Amino acid sequence: MNEKLRANRAKYDELVAKITAKRPERTNLRHNRLFTPLDLEGFDYMEKLGFPGEYPFTRGPQPTMYRGRFWTMRMYAGFGNAKESNERYKYLLSLAKKGARGNLSIAFDLPTQIGYDSDDQISEGEVGKVGVAIDSLADMEVLFDGIPLDKVSTSMTINAPAAVLLAMYIAVAEKQGVTMDQLEGTIQNDILKEYSARGTYIFPTKPSMRLITNIFEFCSKNVPSWNTISISGYHIREAGSTAAQEIAFTLADGIAYVEAAIKAGMDVDDFAGRLSFFWNAHNDMLEEVCKFRAARRMWAKIMKERFNAKSAKSMMMRFHTQTAGSTLTAQQPENNIVRVAIQTMAACLGGTQSLHTNSKDEAMALPNEAAVMVALRTQQIVAYESGAGDTIDPLAGSYYVEALTNDLEEKAWDYIKKIDDMGGAAVAIDKGYIQREIEDSSYKYQQEVERKERIIVGVNEFVVKEGPVTGLLRVDPSIGVAQAARLKELRANRDNEAVAAKLAALKAACEDENANMMPVILDAVRVYATLGEICNTMRSVFGLYKI
Amino acid sequence: MENIRVLVAKPGLDGHDRGAKIIARSFRDAGFEVIYTGLRQTPEEIVEAALQEDANVVALSLLSGAHNTLFPKIVKMLHAAGMNDVLVIGGGVIPEEDIPGLKAAGVAAIFTPGTPTAEPIAFIKNFFADK
Repeated sequence: MNEKLRANRAKYDELVAKITAKRPERTNLRHNRLFTPLDLEGFDYMEKLGFPGEYPFTRGPQPTMYRGRFWTMRMYAGFGNAKESNERYKYLLSLAKKGARGNLSIAFDLPTQIGYDSDDQISEGEVGKVGVAIDSLADMEVLFDGIPLDKVSTSMTINAPAAVLLAMYIAVAEKQGVTMDQLEGTIQNDILKEYSARGTYIFPTKPSMRLITNIFEFCSKNVPSWNTISISGYHIREAGSTAAQEIAFTLADGIAYVEAAIKAGMDVDDFAGRLSFFWNAHNDMLEEVCKFRAARRMWAKIMKERFNAKSAKSMMMRFHTQTAGSTLTAQQPENNIVRVAIQTMAACLGGTQSLHTNSKDEAMALPNEAAVMVALRTQQIVAYESGAGDTIDPLAGSYYVEALTNDLEEKAWDYIKKIDDMGGAAVAIDKGYIQREIEDSSYKYQQEVERKERIIVGVNEFVVKEGPVTGLLRVDPSIGVAQAARLKELRANRDNEAVAAKLAALKAACEDENANMMPVILDAVRVYATLGEICNTMRSVFGLYKI
Repeated sequence: MENIRVLVAKPGLDGHDRGAKIIARSFRDAGFEVIYTGLRQTPEEIVEAALQEDANVVALSLLSGAHNTLFPKIVKMLHAAGMNDVLVIGGGVIPEEDIPGLKAAGVAAIFTPGTPTAEPIAFIKNFFADK
């Protein structure tokens, strides 16, 4: 059959050559003209795809996917103080489907993400800006006031101080009478991509990796339904990588975490089932679908063949997705709704487990409530109205989709091999290799935009004259002062002897490489030691990461 | 003026340095001498670097929303350090309505998302054209 096909393909190519000689095709085309069975010669269905919920999980991690229930519609939010954010969470919970477990996704401000109190000099101007300011358990209690933690699943975008925020969450639950084993949620806890792409690191690699494996171990025994890490390609892509680089650099980070946990003495199947991933949904819809499929297939193979995992749960990649913030334009912001809809479709067709959709105004500010509602409605329309979730992995078998999935996989393996040869992701990051690769791709993309080899509607083509956008969300600039006052009151009213004792115990644990840090952090949090005090104690032993 | 020296600086705590790195590289391609500070620089560190490097231009990139606090503070400190002639420009996620205030505080120009790199390059060249 292939001989005949080859002959016909040759005929078609001749015809195209004749036509394009007279009428050239568009320039800067990024994908091949046409795919046929010739691009999939030797394609073995069971090896490459299998069935949903079965190795290699290309078609999805669950047997029924969205036929059972849709992906989790999880909107990332948080700004100002804990009270304001608490109100936004209650609003978001009111927009969601009733009856199901509620979903929250907490955005912390930068001082919180880097382990400083709001009254630290370095926090000036940043308090409450890109997320909510959390200084101590007292703030966390307000953040979840009236939100029973056994009725929600909460994702927290927190990395370097992830152990501290998780401890605060556990402590709030205790006060509500909810035990740790009832908690569901995720901490991002992915430090390697902070070094390579996102920037909110604190400690050097070694103690950071220790904190991560301590969390794996603590949660496997005490918080069994918690996703202990969300290994993130999202920020790598936002920093400017290609789709293949996003897969490769993320899986290389994943390999490093698994290796660290095994080295710390854990059995792979005791923790690997709680590893989760986080991908970007960019504009090239079909390429993104292929990216998700390739990533699932590769991770399954890595877990099975490289780490000898036995449990299917350890091999199955579950992931969250966020639409690509970097694709949003400040120009003609309404157009962003359409971009987000296309990206949402990519995430749905690619089989994501949860999704955050960005709001149209986010190239300019944090989103206002109306914009957030449209973003959430976009997911609901794709889910409930489009029918795209009825059939599992509906694009499988397309010559194009399977060929591109294979191609992305191959490119990503090449990178992983290179990174392995260097000594793994941590070494490749220390050498600046991953950062340089991302930077080169980002610069290339920008040049394409500037030369109009890549059209961005409303930015370098189809431009109109516009007035300034109004109605943007503003964070109250006095929040820094208010948080500082709250901290002063806290320090005056808590049991400072207990705080000193718990911080001393924390310091001792930092110095003892064999200790698990989680219980001592939990003790410190319970007596209202602040995030800054806890992180400063750790800084005094661990030191700081230096690029 | 030949050899325009630009300090590309990231004040504040955000890690979004895609823009800063693109700006640094395109400024270099445009013939400027460029020093990039890296992330999380305090105003003191930025002023110190500007002095050390004898910068003609300080290009600030900030995407966290702390621009109204940090940009004016840096300008003030540059002037206090005797760098009255240094051209300060800024970029990032900065709402239109904040721009007049930043200009009044001494930031010569603000470049918002979607700006082609040719614009700040032309702005700088123009500024130093007869100097």
